[in-house]
Amino acid sequence: MMLKVRNLEAGYGKLKVLRRVSIHVKQGEIVTIIGANGAGKTTLLNTIAGLIKTQSGEIMFSGKNIHGLPVERIVFYGCSLVPEGRQVFSTMTVKENLLLGGYVLKRKKMDGAVEDEIESVYSLFPLLRERKKQLAGTLSGGEQQMLAIGRALMARPSLIMMDEPSMGLAPLIVKDIFNIIYKLREGGKTVLLVEQNAQASLRIADRGYVLETGRVKLQGPAEDLLANRDVQRAYLGKDIDADNL
Amino acid sequence: MIIELFFQYLVAGITYGIIYSTVAIGFNIIYNATGIINFAQGEFVMIGGMTAVTLNAFLPLPLAIIIAVIITMVVGALIDIIFIRWIVNPSVLRMIIITIGLSIVIREIALHVWGDGVRALPYFTGNEITSLSIAGVHISPQVLWVIGVCSVVVIALNFFFSFTLVGRQMRACASNRNAARLCGINAKNIVTLSFVLSAGIGALAGCVISPITYVQYDSGTGLAIKGFTVAILGGLGNSMAAVAAGIILGILESFSIWVLPAAYKDAIAISILLIILFYRPSGLFGSREVFRLKEF
Repeated sequence: MMLKVRNLEAGYGKLKVLRRVSIHVKQGEIVTIIGANGAGKTTLLNTIAGLIKTQSGEIMFSGKNIHGLPVERIVFYGCSLVPEGRQVFSTMTVKENLLLGGYVLKRKKMDGAVEDEIESVYSLFPLLRERKKQLAGTLSGGEQQMLAIGRALMARPSLIMMDEPSMGLAPLIVKDIFNIIYKLREGGKTVLLVEQNAQASLRIADRGYVLETGRVKLQGPAEDLLANRDVQRAYLGKDIDADNL
Repeated sequence: MIIELFFQYLVAGITYGIIYSTVAIGFNIIYNATGIINFAQGEFVMIGGMTAVTLNAFLPLPLAIIIAVIITMVVGALIDIIFIRWIVNPSVLRMIIITIGLSIVIREIALHVWGDGVRALPYFTGNEITSLSIAGVHISPQVLWVIGVCSVVVIALNFFFSFTLVGRQMRACASNRNAARLCGINAKNIVTLSFVLSAGIGALAGCVISPITYVQYDSGTGLAIKGFTVAILGGLGNSMAAVAAGIILGILESFSIWVLPAAYKDAIAISILLIILFYRPSGLFGSREVFRLKEF
């Protein structure tokens, strides 16, 4: 088991956002978490990554208890987050962004691996190679998303968590991003994907969870969720009653 | 004759301007890493100067300066570790009040340790009356030391921030703290490092300028006000702009003596500070868009 979250509760101050959330992710899977705005999807990822303090519950990653550890330690163990809204270092160049992503490798005394990893990120995103000397803030939204994913990959994570990678991007770019996520799994990565674009994310995922007001409402194989009438009505925008007429 | 006087004022202005920009750079380094203004920055300059004077009594000058800089760096690290580091999600106001409090405490300690006497290091080369004559302008060799050392510091800092991994980490923390942590960077250590670095730069400046400006237990306050003005004038966080802004302020101050009584010299800096804060808080060289996104 790559990631196992049990009865997790977290939030901001007195406001509790997550209520006894339990999810798990197996090695080599793409697991997606879908849900409306404010359901707690981002909070869940940020809590696993260590950015938000856990109030109760446990988080096991690769057999280690990472509950309460600082962010940088969790990244070191191989669990990387591509944060919501990209969050690239906008005043630094594309190459510098990637080098910083490779800091974990440096800390692991794998200095030589940094250049190799940059090459493999460039081959995954050839656009980034062309723009390596450009400031990250001047990239388009789609390019910034690629850079954010590339930066997270630089740490050679075993689990990569992505928060709304398709947010605010043009439909063609969204397709590219989802293709890349699919490719990552073929390259041996495990992916935990949070998305509002339920349709696209359930298509590439193996399993899914539906989060509603901080609770896991539904879970199961992605195709089952795609076929589920409640999911269709609430998240896929299908008017079921109209279909039946 | 009037032309010579003009250049004499110009050189004096540039010298003081560079001194102010060095203090401003100290402000900027900590501002970039933490988003706060460290109001104890002037005290780093004072500690550096005072310690070097004390050590110079029994050590050769270069050694005294190096040890004084190291001691000040340790003080900077201790300030962060004891007072700043453990605060969880500190508010900007709380951090600023802490640094103002610290600056008062440091001044009082300095008063007890060194008394209220005015001290100075000897001139690095020559003495008070040596002067080089360049195109009819008399320049003290110490002025060249100030300009030289500050230029080296600015160039070295630029190199450090652009080309070293640690420098890039500091910029990453300044740009986006959480994203930096997600890259595995320990943001708290980066903040400690920023205190060490700006303490070191402040102390070095304190040593180089002390033959010209002298140093006293409370001489940090005045420098901090000037340095703060320059940092705001150039645009907070931008070290290259601070140098330009420093020289502008220095020259304005220096030429103000022509039209205003010398006693008003210090009022110039305060007036500029107020005008900038009212009309262009992003500074001369800062971008308004970026400024709007900043918390402070």
